[in-house]
Amino acid sequence: MTDIAGILGYLTGFAIMAIIYAVFALGLNVHWGYTGLFNIGIAGFFALGAYTSALLTTATPDPLLFEDNIFGGNLPALLGVFNLGIDLWFFIALLAAGAVCGFVALIIGSITLRLREDYLAITTLGIAESIRFIFLNEKWLANGSKGLYRIPKFLGDWVSPQNYDYLYLVVAVVILVGIFLAVERTIKSPWGRVLKAIREDEITTAASGKNVFSFKLQSFILGASIMGIGGALYAHNIRFVDPRTFDPLFATFIIWAMLMVGGSGNNKGAILGAFVVWGIWSGTQFLPGFLSDPNFRYVMIGLLIVGVILLRPGGILGEERKVSKLMQPSEAASPEQ
Amino acid sequence: MTILKQQLQHLQRKWTAGYTVLAGLVILIILAFLEVVKMELIVNGLFLGAIIALGAVGLSLLYGILNFAHIAHGDFMTLGAYFGLFFLGMLLPSIGLQGTGFGPFTFGYPLFLALPLSILALAAVAIGLDVGIYRRLRRRNVSKVVLAMTSLGVAIALRGLVQVLWGGETWQYPRLSKPFYMLPMGVRIPPDNLFIGALAIILVLALFLFLTRTKMGKAMRATSDNMELARVSGINTEHVVWWTWAISATLAATAGVLLAVFQAQLLPIMGWRILIPLFAAVILGGIGNPYGALVGALIIAVAGEVSTQWLNPAYKVAIAFLIMIVTLLLRPRGIFGVRE
Repeated sequence: MTDIAGILGYLTGFAIMAIIYAVFALGLNVHWGYTGLFNIGIAGFFALGAYTSALLTTATPDPLLFEDNIFGGNLPALLGVFNLGIDLWFFIALLAAGAVCGFVALIIGSITLRLREDYLAITTLGIAESIRFIFLNEKWLANGSKGLYRIPKFLGDWVSPQNYDYLYLVVAVVILVGIFLAVERTIKSPWGRVLKAIREDEITTAASGKNVFSFKLQSFILGASIMGIGGALYAHNIRFVDPRTFDPLFATFIIWAMLMVGGSGNNKGAILGAFVVWGIWSGTQFLPGFLSDPNFRYVMIGLLIVGVILLRPGGILGEERKVSKLMQPSEAASPEQ
Repeated sequence: MTILKQQLQHLQRKWTAGYTVLAGLVILIILAFLEVVKMELIVNGLFLGAIIALGAVGLSLLYGILNFAHIAHGDFMTLGAYFGLFFLGMLLPSIGLQGTGFGPFTFGYPLFLALPLSILALAAVAIGLDVGIYRRLRRRNVSKVVLAMTSLGVAIALRGLVQVLWGGETWQYPRLSKPFYMLPMGVRIPPDNLFIGALAIILVLALFLFLTRTKMGKAMRATSDNMELARVSGINTEHVVWWTWAISATLAATAGVLLAVFQAQLLPIMGWRILIPLFAAVILGGIGNPYGALVGALIIAVAGEVSTQWLNPAYKVAIAFLIMIVTLLLRPRGIFGVRE
């Protein structure tokens, strides 16, 4: 009996993390899969989202606990008056995380999206590293390397602590499905078709009278906001954030591997890839010998990315060729390549 | 006529940029005499800049010829440094070649053997990666962003390999502590830095001679300007690509070994940490312009070191990043950039 509960608990924890990664993969899919934006600073948006929601909701710092920071919004207590049976603060925190990331994306995007496409990669990488350094060194902001803890639980009073993960799994699924439907709907709209056109050929798109820069910027902001929400989801799951969490391997590269494996340009692929790669990642600890070495995960993630590009550029699912549900199947199938 | 005019303008812009950089250095030195800035930081920055320059020049060459951002360049430096560790710490001692404290330096004479060996090893890795991965993608005509992403995958795998083989802890080359040179204005220079500076100057001069005086060097410059045109004029661009990898790997391996000497430690993350300064130097100097990258690296490194007088040293990378952003905003083609 306890074994089954243990396995179930492990699987729940696994699924929650995979779902959170799936949110990031969806955000990255908007950037890379649909618009061709090469963002290798996901960790920056991950950190910003997680810290924003954590700072908004965590209790005000307590000098008795040797906390160096001066911020702490304690939104749950603040909103207690308006509490209508559900924890309203959670949604505010999610939206705020998305908004902050969107705002940062607006700034980075307006600087770099007009220039050569590979500048965006270097810039996002620089932003991600700078954000991590700021959270690490500015102790007043978010407790430096000690990190923020006591991040509250969403709907924590509804179930007993040992069953909380099951509840959070439901929450995560609902949010993932919501984001998935929203992205699907957006991408299948005329707006989404412009993004794909930009990815395929910028000059032709510009010649058709579309403002390429503006569309790229919108796509960058949308994807970054989704990543911010993912960060907030992470913060309220692990309920502890510190700068080490947001190192590039754990917070950027693995998400790239997920999207590439699942199939960029396909939202179902992004979600599938998140589960597959997180499964491989978590599974390596059960492998024999040097394969279980945590450092080996770097090699594995790197090889996955290179291997997919070389052997199966479309990933597992590949991109859906159908751009509109009103197109007949025969029409949709013919313009292959 | 207009072409001549344009070229004159280009030349003029280059000179203006050069004078601006020189003026900046002079102002810094005046500030140092007024004791606003510590002279030691400027000098240290120049030495670190020499190391970054070796990486950035190679990165810029690759950028110019293969036309993609080689994100694994920092990890190439790491691998070069660890190859050096393998030869210095294991292979050479096992055949009786060991020692520390050669002349005024902390390292021993085996370094002079280990450096060429590690260059050869890294060049082999680079060409092997090109044959196994990049050439296949080039033939498939993939976009430069996909190439960049492949190099990201390579970067992660290489760093992982270093961590699997050597572990995550810090290592050192066999060394003997030596007294620093004491110069006026409180400038202390570790003797090793003289070696670093001299070697960097020799390599850059050699590269300059190679690019301007040899047939392959000229072919490289031609390929950098226009690969199609180079191919039509009978240049074997695949050979050019291999030479480019070999030269960049030579510079990266040297930079890695020198960085390990400079910091007196090796870490798997050492190259990744320097990636943003590398790209900042390349962008500041103008992509595909190796001499620009050299100047860019010196500016980035000096600015980073001088900033530590007022800022937390952890923000050195952020300073490099900030300079890069300002360049992108004001002069996206770099200070010496004339192309397009």
